[in-house]
Amino acid sequence: MHTKTIAQLSAALRAGEFSSEELTRFFLERISRLDDKTNGYVTVTTERALEAASAADAKIAAGEGGPITGVPIAHKDIFCTEGVPTRCGSKMLDNFIAPYDATCVTKLSEAGTVMLGKTNMDEFAMGSSNETSFYGPVRNPWDLNAVPGGSSGGSAAVVAARLAPGATGTDTGGSIRQPAALTGITGLKPTYGRVSRYGMIAFASSLDQGGAMASTAEDAALLLQAMAGFDPKDSTSVDESVPDYRATLNDSIEGLKIGLPKEYFGEGLSSDVANVIDEAIAEYRQLGAEVIEISLPNSGLAVPTYYVIAPAECSSNLSRYDGVRFGYRCEDPVDIEDMYKRSREEGFGPEVKRRIMIGTYALSAGYYDAYYLKAQQVRRLIKNDFMDAFAKVDVIAGPVSPTPAFKLGEKTADPVTMYFSDIYTIAVNLAGLPAISIPAGFVGDAPVGLQLISPFFDEARLLNVAHRFQQITDWHARVPKGFE
Amino acid sequence: MEWEAVIGLEIHSQLKTKSKIFSGASTAYGAEPNTQACVVDLGLPGVLPVLNGEVVRMATKFGVAIGATVAQRSIFARKNYFYPDLPKGYQISQYALPIVTHGHVEIELEEGATKTIGVTRAHLEEDAGKSLHEDFHGMTGIDLNRAGTPLLEIVSEPDMRSAKEAVAYMKKIHSLVQYLEICDGNMQEGSFRCDANVSVRPIGQSELGTRTELKNINSFRFVERAINYEIERQIDVLEGGGQIVQETRLYDADNNETRPLRSKEEAMDYRYFPDPDLLPVELDAAFIEDVRQQLPELPEAKKARFVEQYGLSVYDAGVLTASRDMADYYEAVVVASSGEAKLAANWVMGDLTGALNKEGLDITASPMTAEQLGLMIERIGDNTISGKIAKKVFEAMWAGEGDADLIIESKGLKQVTDTGAIEHVIDDVLANNASQVEQYRAGKEKLFGFFVGQVMKITQGKANPAQVNDILKKKLQS
Repeated sequence: MHTKTIAQLSAALRAGEFSSEELTRFFLERISRLDDKTNGYVTVTTERALEAASAADAKIAAGEGGPITGVPIAHKDIFCTEGVPTRCGSKMLDNFIAPYDATCVTKLSEAGTVMLGKTNMDEFAMGSSNETSFYGPVRNPWDLNAVPGGSSGGSAAVVAARLAPGATGTDTGGSIRQPAALTGITGLKPTYGRVSRYGMIAFASSLDQGGAMASTAEDAALLLQAMAGFDPKDSTSVDESVPDYRATLNDSIEGLKIGLPKEYFGEGLSSDVANVIDEAIAEYRQLGAEVIEISLPNSGLAVPTYYVIAPAECSSNLSRYDGVRFGYRCEDPVDIEDMYKRSREEGFGPEVKRRIMIGTYALSAGYYDAYYLKAQQVRRLIKNDFMDAFAKVDVIAGPVSPTPAFKLGEKTADPVTMYFSDIYTIAVNLAGLPAISIPAGFVGDAPVGLQLISPFFDEARLLNVAHRFQQITDWHARVPKGFE
Repeated sequence: MEWEAVIGLEIHSQLKTKSKIFSGASTAYGAEPNTQACVVDLGLPGVLPVLNGEVVRMATKFGVAIGATVAQRSIFARKNYFYPDLPKGYQISQYALPIVTHGHVEIELEEGATKTIGVTRAHLEEDAGKSLHEDFHGMTGIDLNRAGTPLLEIVSEPDMRSAKEAVAYMKKIHSLVQYLEICDGNMQEGSFRCDANVSVRPIGQSELGTRTELKNINSFRFVERAINYEIERQIDVLEGGGQIVQETRLYDADNNETRPLRSKEEAMDYRYFPDPDLLPVELDAAFIEDVRQQLPELPEAKKARFVEQYGLSVYDAGVLTASRDMADYYEAVVVASSGEAKLAANWVMGDLTGALNKEGLDITASPMTAEQLGLMIERIGDNTISGKIAKKVFEAMWAGEGDADLIIESKGLKQVTDTGAIEHVIDDVLANNASQVEQYRAGKEKLFGFFVGQVMKITQGKANPAQVNDILKKKLQS
């Protein structure tokens, strides 16, 4: 059952081949047997899962429900789930149980999905390797000594290891796409505003976007269908109609114009990854696409711009973790100042503290204009680059990550090196565009992802372009050793 | 040396919306602690603010009413600081681009002159919760019911030169926000409070002195006292050769003094930046125009109308329009009295205001309705009772003995207007006081009042005074 896609599971459930409860028990059993290898789950919600499964079975039996009713999924532990711990990879929220469900969680529940559990992640989504989690690093199912990427490393690992057919993730600077690439799955980061951020614990509010992680583009389409849409609780969600993402999956891409930004193929890109991307582009030519070289001239400014804006927003967003109302509070504070300082000192890990410090500095009187304001101006330039490019091409393609998965501990000593592993993904968040990572091949046993970027709210096109590729390749269907 | 004070006020006016500025929780005052704080107000992980459209309309009303520029694009920013009753660790406020800029109001000075006070800006923001230091055995309790209550912070230019001017300005704004129905003006509950920036300089000097900020003064009386104290303190410091320290000071009403709270060096860097959770507030000209069209009659216009329509003096019209509640009450009295506008003004400003003040009641809490008072005044107008008898009727009504007609009837207070009956009484009085009649006729005219008094005594005040005067005069002259 675990090698079936969500689309296949959906058909099997409806055909009565097995029940949602059987399917859920099957995955729960796999998790209990195999998750120790990856540490992808931080919480397994057996009881809630079985209840949801039997409710789904009743719906299916009554001929009700939609295409993902009864399908088990995992939620990144950044989404609030009522009555179940939501820890966000942090000691700060070790004792936190949200009294409400995130809008994404509600929508997926209403669509009939079954939550298997919550997945591990970098602390407050700050990291590119999942090594900043208070709950221990996640291991890449393809190489247990390698990182799965981050920050949605837990979601990526459990989908790759077939410990869940699909999962939610969030992407602030590449946190869905980069781990998807490094674990050989499909990860979709929608347009900023496409999916509600309500109940998704904020890291950098103007960049954060929830999305779908699954084996295939078709599965991602099924999940996005349930997640997308305007939410009156999120002022930044956009009131734009949600198309039927599956309806256009098989559309021809004959004559599609694919732009390859020359800046994404220069120094820093491993030649092995470059070769895989070249071969994937060759497949697209086979499918009738036209490939054009383009330029995104301000690409080089994306990482420094991001590392001003994201920390600035995070320094403010994380102020609420003060030990007063919820979350970690230090032992025996002598006064309020002591309580603030020690609760935050003891509750946050080093990467979170580093970013709070950077962000606080960037927003300080006398530095605001030089850093935050300047970064916002550069952000506009980066967005304009994309707008100019989309005047010439339909989608932009390139690598997701400059290298395949690196080893655990390899980059932890040097944060800047770690930051540059998101060099190809960050600009998309700064511009607010949708993008997808799809399995494009391997370097040895390590998966490589191809990134596709489209204009705003054109997720349907991305999914179509990705799906067509997956119709003629089988990289997405490979299962790592030990998890077959 | 002669000194001049320079004063600017920052008024926090709580907007009277049903729900909070960024959440659906109720803003009602006085509930059990933390029962009116939803997940958004608590700043739980993952929650997001959603702007209450009503606050935008209210701020626009205020802006239009003070002739200000209402921004077609304004931006919410985060003001970052740690405080236990500030749930998110930042306050959502407006900073670089507030919704209202460059307005002004007129205040009246004592000599009858007026002065224009500039309003630099008015911006929308959320209130914080409350820290409760009592009853927690050395710990602090937090009540977040107030967290997220909408505020309009109204910042004046430093245009005021005395505590009296500051109070006049504050009263003007207080009246205006109530006229506009955007704030209940309740100062005890903190719906309307103010900080004052005060500095002094030698008269003739154009450059401003170093200012101090007096925090959170919650009554007109305290504003006047706090500012006066602070002006004196600053003059003493300067005359003693000292320098004013730029600092925030707290007014202690019990000891009538101000005390330093924090200095400029300790001033916080709030690290303002646009709140990425909220979109810019964009208003089109049509919306602003629509609000302008729907503005209620404002104090100045109402005052002019009262002079014109009711024939009141400018002073009386000013008193009666000082608050919208007073003006509304007055107009209801006029209607109920069948148009006795002048009498109504006298009664509302005189006996009614006196009775209310005696019991410390606001006009909205008057035990006597405008209709009741108006019907009584109608009885004066139609000569059923005299003005003097009316005072008895008023007292009985105030004591809850019923409406005017019932009291007049049950107490037999109806005025005697029968000329024959009055003549009869007068004849008796003149016959019984022959020596006084002689003295009067000899030129001691002030005895006239004595005869009137005797007539009223016999008629228990019910004889129509005008008729008594006429008949008495005729009889004494004959």
